[in-house]
Amino acid sequence: MSDPSVPVVPQGVEELDIIGVRNGAFGAVDGGDTSGFGGLVDPIVLPAPAQRPFGGWFDEVSDELELALQAHGLPVTEAIEKVVIHRDEITYHVRREHLVAFTTLLRDEPGLRFEMCLGVNGVHYPGEEGRELHAVYHFLSITHNRRVRVEVSMPDGDAVIPSIVAVYPTCDWHERETWDFFGIVFEGHPALTRIMMPDDWPGHPQRKDYPLGGIPVEFNGGTIPPPDQRRSYN
Amino acid sequence: MGLEEALPSGVLLTTVEKFAGYARKGSLWPATFGLACCAIEMMAAGGPRFDIARYGMEVFRASPRQADLMIVAGRVSQKMAPVLRQIYDQMPNPKWVISMGVCASSGGMFNNYAIVQGVDHVVPVDIYLPGCPPRPEMLFDAILKLHDKIQDTKIGAHRRDEVVELEAAALMAPTTLELKGLMR
Amino acid sequence: MSTDNVTFTSAESSDSYAGSYDTTEGRVYSVSGGDWDTISGAPEGEQDRIVVNMGPQHPSTHGVLRLILEIDGETVTEARAGIGYLHTGIEKNMEFRSWVQGVTFVTRMDYLTPMFNETAYCLAIEKALDVTDQIPERASVIRVMMMELNRISSHLVALATGGMELGALTAMEFGFRERELVLDIFEMVSGLRMNSAYVRPGGVAQDLPADGEQKIRDTIPLLRKRLKDTADLLVDNAIWMGRTVDVGYLDLAGCMALGITGPVLRATGLPHDLRKTQPYCGYENYEFDVITKTSADVYGRFLIRIEEMEQSLRIVEQALDKLVPGPVMIEDKKIAWPAQLSIGSDGQGNSPEHIKEIMSESMEALIHHFKLVTEGFRVPAGQIYSAVESPKGELGCHIVSSGGTRPYRVHFRDPSFTNLQSVAVMSEGSMISDVIAAVASIDPVMGGVDR
Repeated sequence: MSDPSVPVVPQGVEELDIIGVRNGAFGAVDGGDTSGFGGLVDPIVLPAPAQRPFGGWFDEVSDELELALQAHGLPVTEAIEKVVIHRDEITYHVRREHLVAFTTLLRDEPGLRFEMCLGVNGVHYPGEEGRELHAVYHFLSITHNRRVRVEVSMPDGDAVIPSIVAVYPTCDWHERETWDFFGIVFEGHPALTRIMMPDDWPGHPQRKDYPLGGIPVEFNGGTIPPPDQRRSYN
Repeated sequence: MGLEEALPSGVLLTTVEKFAGYARKGSLWPATFGLACCAIEMMAAGGPRFDIARYGMEVFRASPRQADLMIVAGRVSQKMAPVLRQIYDQMPNPKWVISMGVCASSGGMFNNYAIVQGVDHVVPVDIYLPGCPPRPEMLFDAILKLHDKIQDTKIGAHRRDEVVELEAAALMAPTTLELKGLMR
Repeated sequence: MSTDNVTFTSAESSDSYAGSYDTTEGRVYSVSGGDWDTISGAPEGEQDRIVVNMGPQHPSTHGVLRLILEIDGETVTEARAGIGYLHTGIEKNMEFRSWVQGVTFVTRMDYLTPMFNETAYCLAIEKALDVTDQIPERASVIRVMMMELNRISSHLVALATGGMELGALTAMEFGFRERELVLDIFEMVSGLRMNSAYVRPGGVAQDLPADGEQKIRDTIPLLRKRLKDTADLLVDNAIWMGRTVDVGYLDLAGCMALGITGPVLRATGLPHDLRKTQPYCGYENYEFDVITKTSADVYGRFLIRIEEMEQSLRIVEQALDKLVPGPVMIEDKKIAWPAQLSIGSDGQGNSPEHIKEIMSESMEALIHHFKLVTEGFRVPAGQIYSAVESPKGELGCHIVSSGGTRPYRVHFRDPSFTNLQSVAVMSEGSMISDVIAAVASIDPVMGGVDR
């Protein structure tokens, strides 16, 4: 029999973005389970990469991007890892080496003109080997009234990406916040220091391996554990 | 201290206590320590509808050196806790603390790494006021209870005796976990 | 200036009031209220740099904001903002609560605009669930109405606290008095004055009460008159203009570089308003103007806020006319929040009709109630970014779902966080009092900045 912990991938689906496995519908492992839902093994799959044609204005923007990348001598398939389209929103997964060039093109090319960067923040996927930390950028084009997302992945041990403060100065505090909460080092940032936590705080709080840090709440004759240690649905 | 500290216990001291309590509660000046949502309700309490000036408290002193009462209104983060303590230390005696809102009283809904689970970890609190945020009327209820407390404050020899009594009682009291009955 | 490389040498003075120590940038004297003449060792005089800390506890810094100003006389040569004093860990806390419970957390971020926080979050969830077109129209109209009333109350606090910080204490009293009218409406509709967790994924928590519409209609003319009174205090007031005209100047290029949105951006002349460019909740069906000024200073932003309040009243009137009877929660019972609340003898609690339905009439209703309250609904995996135009600027909500009952990650792009970066640009070169005016014009709410 096949290993129950490895999800079975149907034929024809090449790349599935699996970030983890959900074991059991209920969080609790103690107590009886007559429903069988407690034994469910469910892969957590993020939306799959999209294939051309994307539909709507996504094609127009992607064509512009590819032309601009080629015009600047950047390899298109190397810069853009994949494109994900989910619920009418497009996400470009960009390799970190080409991030600054990519965002400069987003800002300067007349067909793109994403003048406003809405900041960067991080997401930590401990289940995705080699790509644990993601930095997510959102851009808004006031001229063309469009929104785009750019995502950069990096492994946990080597969480260094170039800073785009020189291109979008608004990312100054956002990058500091992402460093503070995730430990992603932005190379080239003028002053990458903690911004939310006290300056000497150890650890990066919003990572998944950092505990929530609550304390049990005392009542007369009992305590209730903090939210991350209670029995809960998965 | 003043003359009142040197008075022997007795009827005279009791009269002085009543007078001092009345004077102290009559114009209790709060220090501005509004942090978050509760601060807005505190400001609304200072507004014309729920007038805090009728208690003589509309002058929220910016400088803690001129304030009697610190209303800790809002969630106290780990970064803010040393600041809170410093402001409390800068207030001259006699001083009182109301912890306004559940976040100040016990950490509230934020049971996590960033919030101090109750400002009584940092400063001694006289009145705990629950609510998220408490209405201005609830803040007044807390202030009036504090006024009663201030009115009954003992001075001098009476105070010394009271402290000894309270400490003995606190040492004998059961912990929250040992209490029985309703869960609150 | 940086005191990161502080090295204490043996030449350190131990005077507790006016100590001094050597750093890599020269000798630093820290004075905290003692006698100036006890500073031992006269400073050389060429490079006196005075650093003033307007600490987190301050009546005029608009919340727990720490301003570190390097001053030369009265002129500010360098300004830095220290934030994080209200960091609550809301985003991490939401990862351990269900999607609907997240609404109560999200509402306390920018505590002056709870409806906007909730709506941005719920719009993101509804987009992820792909039910945006199934939200009942009455729910969208009520959302718009609540948001615009919230805009009025937020701008009133901006005026009130801005006025108080600059010394116009009457503005504070007027602003909070007007705000009580709006808070009364909130209390009547949702049960709470602030932080009400009223907008839920799928609609709103409960319908307006029977006389609600009429009460709101009656409040609007009174509010309009009172707003005019409040505005008359400060508009064309010579002292106010003297303190705010040409102060805190930030032109369009600066705004775009720093990612500023909201009244600060509209004061430069760019009519960028998400309600018009990327409408949500049916905003395309309402008639209102986007207020812009061209002066790009504190006075312009103040005028924009006043006129935006009038536009919000227009929208509320149109929303009242659009109200037709109907459901306020999505029909899909797997998502719709089941409970209805009513006021009983012991306060607000589940309404007796709802209890009767789930206990005696419908098994499915009981099961749905149980599962939705304990487990919650599951949102398909993926990430969504949804933005609304809050009174401070663009409030964006980025959610990442892993297909479960809890958010995998929620991040709010708060406008105050980004707008506050411009404090340095606006105030360097001006006087200390102009720093206060500039911060008041950005109107940062530290709950949103620090989250």
